Amino acid sequence: MLVSILRQGDYLIASIHEALDDEEIVRFQRDLVEQIGQHRAKGIIIDVAALDVLDSFGSRTLANLAHMARLRGAETVIVGIQPAVAFAMVRLGTQLERVHTALDLEEGLEQLERLLHERVEGR
Amino acid sequence: MNEKIPEVPVVQETRERDQHLLPELVTHLRQNRTELRKQWAARITSAHLLSAMTDEEIFSMATGVYDNYVEVLETGSMEALQAYATDLSERIIPRGVETYEVLGIVLLLRDVLARSLFDKYRKDFDLLNEVLDAYEPAANRIANTVAVSFVRERERIIRQQQEAIRELSTPVLQVRERILILPIIGVLDEQRAQQLTEQLLAGIRTSRAKVVVIDVTGVPDLDASVANHLVQTVDASRLMGASVIVTGLSPTIAQTLVTIGVDLGKMNTVGDLQGGVEEAERLLGFKVINAEPDERRS
Repeated sequence: MLVSILRQGDYLIASIHEALDDEEIVRFQRDLVEQIGQHRAKGIIIDVAALDVLDSFGSRTLANLAHMARLRGAETVIVGIQPAVAFAMVRLGTQLERVHTALDLEEGLEQLERLLHERVEGR
Repeated sequence: MNEKIPEVPVVQETRERDQHLLPELVTHLRQNRTELRKQWAARITSAHLLSAMTDEEIFSMATGVYDNYVEVLETGSMEALQAYATDLSERIIPRGVETYEVLGIVLLLRDVLARSLFDKYRKDFDLLNEVLDAYEPAANRIANTVAVSFVRERERIIRQQQEAIRELSTPVLQVRERILILPIIGVLDEQRAQQLTEQLLAGIRTSRAKVVVIDVTGVPDLDASVANHLVQTVDASRLMGASVIVTGLSPTIAQTLVTIGVDLGKMNTVGDLQGGVEEAERLLGFKVINAEPDERRS
């Protein structure tokens, strides 16, 4: 299995276990956005710690996923970007604009809590 | 260390005849050693080469190179000359002697000697031709050896210095839980910036940092590409979940950043390191309070 999507309370936790090709990542995007509705998820964590490369298509798709999720009512945090991957992405100019990122799963969950809290406050 | 130097292509093949001519040449050069050496040193001075050295130093160097030069002509073996040239380069490079100067003096010597041969054999044109045929290839090899030895030594010193700079690495320090400080002191070039980024990103991961303060008070100037690199480092840190505060930007660096059009919305900057640490603490909800203000005052 390339990606596992687990449900944890109001959150969906998606771990990408190995490099996805363009088609697979688009399918992943569709599946995950669909599941937001099914599970009434409020937050999504995408763990990319296992990836040692993230190309421009991949990062754009993840960014789009985060924006689509927001439109469907869930905040997204991408976690576990490796140092080398982070710098390569910046170098290639494929940054995750307006997407939340965190060091690891634990940090990501904390950040989701805060984001959702802010959203409630902001209302 | 004294790796063999590839030879320049020899213009003419060495012929039987040369074997007889070279010893004759060597004898001639030995006999006129004092005079030719003096001429050479005078030409070096008048050409304003080796201006970093005194006349005495030039003369003693001229003696050493001259003797080695004649020896190469005699034995055909470059090893002694190469060792001498390497040793000499090691001494003169710190004095600021440039490559063109070394090439210049070797070519001057070649010229001085060729002129003296011209003088000696000008009555017999055919013989002069033969002598030059023997002399030129050898002289070319010598010029090549000296120049390459010098450049190699120079490159070795440059490598050594780069090594030293790399070892003066940039520390990534933890000042409070989840706050890192990265003080940068000295010139930041492409390579050092690269190393700094790697260390910082690795540091963020190992100490699980949330805020990083990069202090550039000690950096006099940045060129556009390194400034860009710095901005990229800030972005990469964000991707790893850490926010970066840059402190101590000098007016010049500030101007560079504005010129390259940095998105200031993404850059969190504070005037000095103290302010940066305070801002970092604020971001993480730390509060520093003076425990016993009354006692202190009295």
